[in-house]
Amino acid sequence: MDKSLSLAGFAARIESGMTVGIGGWGARRKPMALVRALLRTDVADLTVVSCGGPDVGLLAAAGRISKLVAPFVTLDSVPLEPHFRAAREAGALEFEEWDESMFLWGLTAAAHRLPFMPVRAGIGSDIPRHNPRLRTVTSPYQDGEELLAAPALTLDVTLVHLNRADVRGNGQSLGPDPFFDDLFTEAAEHTYLSCERVVDHFTGPPQSLLVQRQNVTGVLHTPRGAHFTACAPDYGRDEAFQRAYLRAAQDPDAWRRFEEHFLAGDEHAYQRAVDGFAQREATV
Amino acid sequence: MTARVPAAADAARATRAEVCVVACAEVWRGDGEVLAATAGTVPALGARLARLTFSPRLLLTDGEAMLLSTPVGAPEDPAPAEGWLPYRKHLSLAARGKRHMMMGASQLDRYGNQNISCIGDWARPRRQLLGARGAPSNTVNHPVSYWVPRHSPRVFVPRVDTVSGVGYDRAAEAGPAAARFHELRRVVTDLAVFDFATPDHRMRLASVHPGVSVAQVCEQTGFEPAVPDQVPVTREPTGEELRLLREVLDPHGNRDREVRT
Repeated sequence: MDKSLSLAGFAARIESGMTVGIGGWGARRKPMALVRALLRTDVADLTVVSCGGPDVGLLAAAGRISKLVAPFVTLDSVPLEPHFRAAREAGALEFEEWDESMFLWGLTAAAHRLPFMPVRAGIGSDIPRHNPRLRTVTSPYQDGEELLAAPALTLDVTLVHLNRADVRGNGQSLGPDPFFDDLFTEAAEHTYLSCERVVDHFTGPPQSLLVQRQNVTGVLHTPRGAHFTACAPDYGRDEAFQRAYLRAAQDPDAWRRFEEHFLAGDEHAYQRAVDGFAQREATV
Repeated sequence: MTARVPAAADAARATRAEVCVVACAEVWRGDGEVLAATAGTVPALGARLARLTFSPRLLLTDGEAMLLSTPVGAPEDPAPAEGWLPYRKHLSLAARGKRHMMMGASQLDRYGNQNISCIGDWARPRRQLLGARGAPSNTVNHPVSYWVPRHSPRVFVPRVDTVSGVGYDRAAEAGPAAARFHELRRVVTDLAVFDFATPDHRMRLASVHPGVSVAQVCEQTGFEPAVPDQVPVTREPTGEELRLLREVLDPHGNRDREVRT
């Protein structure tokens, strides 16, 4: 049972119009190698479901997102994501703005094959006003509370990046926070799991075995595959590179040069360009 | 008093940023064993100061997934952790109400409706910001306070462009599920402190910082807050608070980057 897949093999399975969940959180442990692989295809019209970071930024900059479902988009050390901002201000994508708790329970509903989960979050705010598909549900019990019915966030595919995986599709998270990655895999029809290292046997506490093979379709070995987001404990965020990304995003010419330099080739070429960038930074 | 420098002499030299840190710390006074969650440098210092002084049972995070057993120490040192609070458990803790968060605000109105999502028409914003994040759930689940480092009519507006954090009028309008656990405690700015202690929960000027006039605050507020006949002056930090802040919690003066002196 070997689910190993190449980046090109993975990208060929993603079709335009799909609903794609992306794991990680903000600029933390994002499956960036998988996102870069999608940028090399002509897949478009995606509905992206994400606690957004530069994954959303890169796909939005390339015009691949028709609809975004997210509670926020951030680069963490830099609060605002420049490409997401630009896309919103240009009206280039449809935005379903969710609260973080709603998002958790929407994924949970999908993972449990339920149509919705009741949440207090969102009541009284403008979230339901901006989103006509949201409905409330009234408790049948004595309290009679009217709560928001967070609809199931059912996904066609999910992309996640973990520290370790085996070829059968089991995945291990060694950092301090699993985020929602296991939930994403349970809410999706197909999950593509990239990892820093493929192992035969897992070591470490059993609680770190986050993702299970019955929920995983393909496994990809992508060392430094979360770059430039953080992938604790393997590496931290590449702040210098993120600053360069941010600077380039301010101006169309600079962005074209950034794309040509970093995103025109395959993943190997990207990683080589990143090494070159780090060397230049170190000598400045 | 065992402070090496007499409290009065030190207090005279407290900067505006230091007054703000203490005013932020004060929002957690009387809170028991709840998480003091923060966004921004000055509120984070305030929460740590409160924990080291008058609210010792507060819980604090390292800003990621760990609960700190002491507010002092290098973040990379694993020893200060007393618990694990990854994102998912953090949301449960908030829903359970064991939390008092001090959030930021791009806009706030007189009933405490807050916006961090975008400026302008939501459908096609003039300026996209962060997105709602957890503001809708925070405000209907547990006490929330706000920190505004630059008090101006751009922040304090008659109506927010979109409601991320729920204010008192909107909570009442939305019914018991929204109002049941809703409580806005205080708004601290670089000029003043507000609370909502009025019959209809309109924002009320609770104190002005030393050297700031009531007129100055009203001029920088884009709506009319309730102003009592006598507006107290925000209290000065004690000598011990200044020592903790300057020597222990923020020796490099990060507070001064967030508040103009």
